[in-house]
Amino acid sequence: MENANHLENARFRPLEYVFWACLLLPFVVTPAYLSLASQIAVTSLFALSLDLILGYAGIVSLGHAAFFGVGAYTAGLIAKHYWTEPLSGLLIAGLCSGIVGYALSHIVVRFRHLALIMLTMGFGLLLAEAANSASDLTGGADGLQGFHVPGVLGFKFDMFGRAAYAYALAVLFVSFLVARRVIHSPFGLALRGIRENAVRMPAIGAPSLAHLRKAYTIAAVMAGIAGAVLTHTTSTVSLETLSFGRSADVLVILILGGAGRLYGGIVGAIIYMVARDQFSGVNPQYWYFWIGLLLVAVVMFLPNGILGGLSALRKKPQ
Amino acid sequence: MLSARNLNKSFGSLVVAQDVALELPKGARYALIGPNGAGKTTLINLLTGMLAADSGTILLDGGDITDLKPHQRVRRGLARTFQINALFPRLTALESVTLAVLEREGHAHNWWRGLAAHRQAIDEAAGVLDSLKIPNKETAELAYGQQRLLEIALALATRPRVLLLDEPAAGVPKDESAALFSAIESLSGELTILFIEHDMNVVFRFASRIIVMVSGRILVEGTPDAIGRDPRVREVYLGGHARAA
Repeated sequence: MENANHLENARFRPLEYVFWACLLLPFVVTPAYLSLASQIAVTSLFALSLDLILGYAGIVSLGHAAFFGVGAYTAGLIAKHYWTEPLSGLLIAGLCSGIVGYALSHIVVRFRHLALIMLTMGFGLLLAEAANSASDLTGGADGLQGFHVPGVLGFKFDMFGRAAYAYALAVLFVSFLVARRVIHSPFGLALRGIRENAVRMPAIGAPSLAHLRKAYTIAAVMAGIAGAVLTHTTSTVSLETLSFGRSADVLVILILGGAGRLYGGIVGAIIYMVARDQFSGVNPQYWYFWIGLLLVAVVMFLPNGILGGLSALRKKPQ
Repeated sequence: MLSARNLNKSFGSLVVAQDVALELPKGARYALIGPNGAGKTTLINLLTGMLAADSGTILLDGGDITDLKPHQRVRRGLARTFQINALFPRLTALESVTLAVLEREGHAHNWWRGLAAHRQAIDEAAGVLDSLKIPNKETAELAYGQQRLLEIALALATRPRVLLLDEPAAGVPKDESAALFSAIESLSGELTILFIEHDMNVVFRFASRIIVMVSGRILVEGTPDAIGRDPRVREVYLGGHARAA
């Protein structure tokens, strides 16, 4: 499930089939929680997009919600003013956030470490405030409302959330396959090279900045698609999609699950969001206490995230 | 093959390169020697573009590369290695060298076709590793001497015409460094090589010509015999432990 030899064929391994089969379980095991499951799928996709730049290229971002939000609002605006067919909206949303990502990438990839954190955070805040002030377009603090996406490919988004989860899961799966292909491509190897030693890359003839711009753009497209799915399945867009909190959450989720392993974002999203759901049920006021405890425990005992810990366990007996 | 004219570089009042000029003909084996702080690594950084020169011109095979970025110079055929290992710790040796081959071939931007489909690049990389007897393990798990060889393998995978080696045997025990230089010596005669080295036995054995740098300037350049006899070199650099060449 983790970094195997990337030079060999990148076929699905048995464990991966099992993993994806398990993601179908909510349909039968917890049908009452399908809307939570949809949100988890959306957040998983968002975390997967962050993994491409953070886990593979080493670009730390505290403003990744910018692209999620651009996708969410694009999808919302299309549904409100033009048409409500979601798949085309999804593609246009991905395109728009990709364009924003490509534009920002020219600045972002020149920086590293703390400067990069400040910069991405700054861009995130700029976009959030811009959306807030452009209330004619975005609905401002009230959010974008007054549209309804009836369903996808003839399946209705109803109160049971079956079609919504199927839609979110399908988009996650397809995006995952794309991400997986990227990682197993020459470009994916170049990204890992940049993460491992950015100084050496030019010395083997690599245009590192061009590689990073491309990775950043791909990640932005994916984040925008995640935002669009949220819009389609909830028929509303709030400022929260652009918020710093969402950027911070997704970073936490990825680190929790394990960065640089493709599945880390999904595992992290499941654990984080189920935990939040449960803790907030038990103790609505202080549930962040338990999230905090979870984070401290993971960082102290599983510095490479949950998947990192699991793979270390698996290697040990040898 | 590689020539530099009037290269100058200073950091504030510290002059690290002053009117440096050099001419490396095709197939040459040059040693660059000089006391610590003479500006040897700085010169390699200037030639490869990792440092921008304040003034001067650098020509590779007649073409002006002065304004090219480091990766563009590599693509023109100017490669280097590092005194302190600059490797990819969590890539395997084969992945690392394959990456260099893919970059050279312009395939590294391909984000759709699988790595496994680039069999030629992988086979070529395996060949480079074989020729230097580097086992295919994760880089961080290679023995130190093997990591030094991987430094060279990465540079070779770019198919350089000129290779600048910054203390290739740095940190390698004396008895192993001879083997390392034998590996370097066995490289193609077409390849132009400049290497920085402190061990005078190695320098006099493997270099066809020697450049002596002191305080950012080239003091003298000549054959090992001439350098060994040169009184200025004895005075400023070789001092008491001069080797009778």
